[in-house]
Amino acid sequence: MRIVCENLSYTYNEGSPFAAKALDGVTLTIEEGEFFGVIGHTGSGKSTFVQHLNGLLRLPTSLKKYKPKKRKKSENEAPMSVLRVGEFDLTSKNTDFRALRKRVGMVFQYPEYQLFAETVEKDVAFGLENFAEKGQKPTEEEVKRAVSDALATVGLDYNEVASKSPFDLSGGQKRRVAIAGVIVTKPEVLILDEPAAGLDPLGKQELMELLHKIHGDWCKTVVIVSHDMDEIAENCTRAAVFSEGKIAMCASPKELFSHAEELLSLGLDIPLTAKLVLALKERGIEIDCDYTVEDFVQKVLARKGGRA
Amino acid sequence: MKEVTFGQYYPVDSFIHRMDPRLKIVFLIGFIVAIFLADNFYGLAACAGVLILAVALSRVPVGKVLRAVRGILFLVIFTAAINILFHTGEHVYWQWSIFSVTREGILFSAYLILRLVLLVVCSSLLTYTTTPVSLTDGIESLLTPLKWIRFPVHALALIMSIALRFIPILMDETDRIKNAQKARGADFESGGPIKRIKAFIPILVPLLLSAFRRADELGDAMDARCYGGKTRTKYKKLHFTWRDLLGFLLLAALITGVVLLRIYVGEML
Repeated sequence: MRIVCENLSYTYNEGSPFAAKALDGVTLTIEEGEFFGVIGHTGSGKSTFVQHLNGLLRLPTSLKKYKPKKRKKSENEAPMSVLRVGEFDLTSKNTDFRALRKRVGMVFQYPEYQLFAETVEKDVAFGLENFAEKGQKPTEEEVKRAVSDALATVGLDYNEVASKSPFDLSGGQKRRVAIAGVIVTKPEVLILDEPAAGLDPLGKQELMELLHKIHGDWCKTVVIVSHDMDEIAENCTRAAVFSEGKIAMCASPKELFSHAEELLSLGLDIPLTAKLVLALKERGIEIDCDYTVEDFVQKVLARKGGRA
Repeated sequence: MKEVTFGQYYPVDSFIHRMDPRLKIVFLIGFIVAIFLADNFYGLAACAGVLILAVALSRVPVGKVLRAVRGILFLVIFTAAINILFHTGEHVYWQWSIFSVTREGILFSAYLILRLVLLVVCSSLLTYTTTPVSLTDGIESLLTPLKWIRFPVHALALIMSIALRFIPILMDETDRIKNAQKARGADFESGGPIKRIKAFIPILVPLLLSAFRRADELGDAMDARCYGGKTRTKYKKLHFTWRDLLGFLLLAALITGVVLLRIYVGEML
């Protein structure tokens, strides 16, 4: 599913003294098959943006109470917003948001805090039962198969954990269970908000491997929100930099991190490899790499080899 | 749920906003005393005049202030109706069975309405112009004398401020959990009452857990910083300024005036 977004703006607490503009004319297209990164500071609007993608935040035009205003010809009038996810038009009132959410999965920050059921199996099956068509309740067999598939995908053994209480698991296992609860319906688009926050380096690596595994399989598009630049450099095909509700840059990691100074001036971090490239540049050594660790090491070694 | 701004604090900078919360609380109490001491229209008019001045000084939009009255509209109408119908008096306009409309009844209801409205407007003005935190500070400071009878004023104030502080956090949390469950297809809007209540379990369980977790963490953090020593200093100290003196003088004048009117003009019914 292709995600097309034009002139998207969003203000929290509109019309009150606490009004805060979170998105200001965001225009962005995410192609099907991308592993897309969303970077930005806290409060830059990145979470607000991704919450629009599965209709958790709605455009005013898609709300039932929305009444089109009388057209006033004014110069400041905001241009029409466009937000399409696949065949779903999110600006329309007639959109079936449940059907949309079935196909666009969303893993929130610290997803382990949303676990609630008595057993892991029930918790993972929650989405499955919610998204089932009316009158077509999945049979016990189907549920069991889907849950055990999802658990296997996140690296957990069904026979071992399914009947346990999710609260008896370790932190890392809880997160896996929570992610399993989202991917159990096999969404075509998977959005993850800081999925690796609070995990140890090995846990992070395993999580990214998991995402790549499903990305090559039934999940066509992955969008991750992150401020770990190494994660972006290693994994993403493209990334957008949010700053004060606008998109400051949008490019492949290679291009993005070649503007390292600009990112630093936005107060953002850069990957370790980009830091090394900058340091080497100061000493007159130009390294042209795509900022993944592997590529960087190879290029450096090649150079060294060339000299020796 | 983000649209619900907790409390009513209206963030502008004004004469009233800058007043000491202690004085504002005392003013509210004094004002309530004045409202109920006033037994004629002149006294109530004086109270209303002082309140209108205060609202004007606070720079809170009149509409916002009146919205507080809307909340008690039913109560006002109901009590007024009962009073008009059951109050007995000399000048009878209309009578049927035990119901009667009298001049005294109408006047009495009018006083009552006016008192209720003044009461609600004044107390909501306090919450509009004072943050919950400084309100608790003010209450703590005013309750200090109770320490003499070993009343745990400090603990009470702490409980109040933690509770207040946690309300927006828990609301945020509710919002987040609700969104997370919605993303998993949870439906909170359709179905019968039992189904709807059941639909809230996936929110309530994580919310309770997170509240306990936060309470634990807060307790640990306070222990780690040796909370519980005898003396504790304040980050924001309360200061009594010329504004508060003015407010106090105005209150004193109002109460004196009302008492004088009570003595010299007397009850008007």
